[in-house]
Amino acid sequence: MVYGIAKMLNFAHGDVIMVGAYACFFVVTRYELPAVLGVLIAMAVCTLLGVFIERLAYKPLRSAPSLAVLITAIGISYFLQNAAQLLWTSNPKVFRSVVGDASLKLFGGRLSVSVSALVTVAVCIIIMIGLTWFTGKTKMGKAMRACSEDKGAAQLMGINVNATISMTFAIGSALAAIAGVLLCSAYPTLMPTTGSMPGIKAFTAAVFGGIGSIPGAMLGGILLGIIEIFGKAYISTQLSDAIVFVVLIVVLLVKPAGLLGKHVQEKV
Amino acid sequence: MLEVRGINVYYGAIHAVKDVSIEVNEGEIVTLIGANGAGKSTILQTISGLLRPRTGGITFMGENIGVVAPYKIVERGLAQVPEGRRVFLRMTVTENLEMGAYTQKSGGIADDMERAFTLFPRLKERRRQVAGTLSGGEQQMLAMGRALMSRPKLLMLDEPSMGLAPILVEQIFSTIVEMNRDGTTILLVEQNAQMALSVASRAYVLETGRIAMQGDAHELAGNEEVKKAYLGG
Ligand SMILES: Nc1ncnc2c1ncn2[C@@H]1O[C@H](COP(=O)(O)OP(=O)(O)OP(=O)(O)O)[C@@H](O)[C@H]1O
Ligand SMILES: [Mg+2]
Repeated sequence: MVYGIAKMLNFAHGDVIMVGAYACFFVVTRYELPAVLGVLIAMAVCTLLGVFIERLAYKPLRSAPSLAVLITAIGISYFLQNAAQLLWTSNPKVFRSVVGDASLKLFGGRLSVSVSALVTVAVCIIIMIGLTWFTGKTKMGKAMRACSEDKGAAQLMGINVNATISMTFAIGSALAAIAGVLLCSAYPTLMPTTGSMPGIKAFTAAVFGGIGSIPGAMLGGILLGIIEIFGKAYISTQLSDAIVFVVLIVVLLVKPAGLLGKHVQEKV
Repeated sequence: MLEVRGINVYYGAIHAVKDVSIEVNEGEIVTLIGANGAGKSTILQTISGLLRPRTGGITFMGENIGVVAPYKIVERGLAQVPEGRRVFLRMTVTENLEMGAYTQKSGGIADDMERAFTLFPRLKERRRQVAGTLSGGEQQMLAMGRALMSRPKLLMLDEPSMGLAPILVEQIFSTIVEMNRDGTTILLVEQNAQMALSVASRAYVLETGRIAMQGDAHELAGNEEVKKAYLGG
């Protein structure tokens, strides 16, 4: 979504996810406060962090070449990982799931699904519906789409493009917090590098499904997960990440706009 | 109403607009004509705040807008239909019009949209269609309707006739006159000098970034030099 609107790859997104997970970790695991509070605080922290990063690092580069922005984003990503290491050390923390670690036994115990996986799927669907509604029906959401198509024309409509892009980052970062909490509820080891691989994979999923398209990102994520699992099961455990990226490269070669991506010609 | 005083605009080292002064009074249609690359679009973008003059000033309704953010300039009643229409291709006709009304309170939007549809009935038939699937002429109507949604006091149009068949050009120009009769002041940039001079009251002729001539539109249309350079002999 951030890519679609701000036309930049936020490589630091995964690390915002990590910070969100830490925030929730401290609230829920360390201070034993209710999980809901943990999620809310994580969202608030990530929103502030996202807006802060955007103001400080990306906004001054609004008219810079996209490569400069990309390099800055990678820099931010390393900065966040190292800052986390300094603050919270690199020792893995054991994250207590916010939804409990029960499993649902189906078919007389032959199939077991963890509650956290179910919650993850449910939350993803809710967020997808929410985002689709937001960008399709609200004034702010439509303004975001206008900015994503043509910033100059959006300004001529009286849209405050800078504020709109900041808003996009705020929403994206708040959602990153939810991602962080869900991620660590499923895989409870929390480290400063926790976010980087999921961040890259999420990006891969988004490209795979058609970047800028919300259902596309969801579809890409599901397909990517399936490919990864089958890769692990039938080809090689070590190579599963590589397989994912090979698929990405193939998709980009065959259908650069992604599976659900609309190919809109660049107008001059 | 609008006063541009001696602006100089640069693209890096390129001096695109040189010492240009333009005045538009309330109720007028003023046209700015000139060849390709003369700097017409640069001037309009500077007035809208998308580019900043290195020197010189711009006043709108008695206020200096040379330092005001582009979106606030729209709020003050100065809208632009940019060169090449630049409608939002992936949004529907209705959504495009809603974006035009971004600065308006939601109360009056439905009425304003009705007014745009009265001016351009074609848009009404296609209101659920994505703008990318409209013809060039329909996109131009949409771009004009969209700009009107902000209830501008002054509307600037950048080459609205570009790429349109003669009959559509007629229609677009008569709509411009109609909008002006309804109380919108117009600053019209054109390469189609003949049409532009026929609807305008005053005109400026721009040559390589400088105002070469200015005056009454009728007189300029009869001027030998203008005839030779812009009216095909
Ligand atoms: N983004 C840019 N960067 C560098 N130079 C530019 C840029 N945009 C315009 N120019 C130059 O500024 C000059 C004026 O351009 P401008 O687009 O204002 O002309 P115009 O009168 O609108 O022409 P046309 O009738 O073709 O639209 C031209 O020489 C052009 O090459
Ligand atoms: Mg031009």
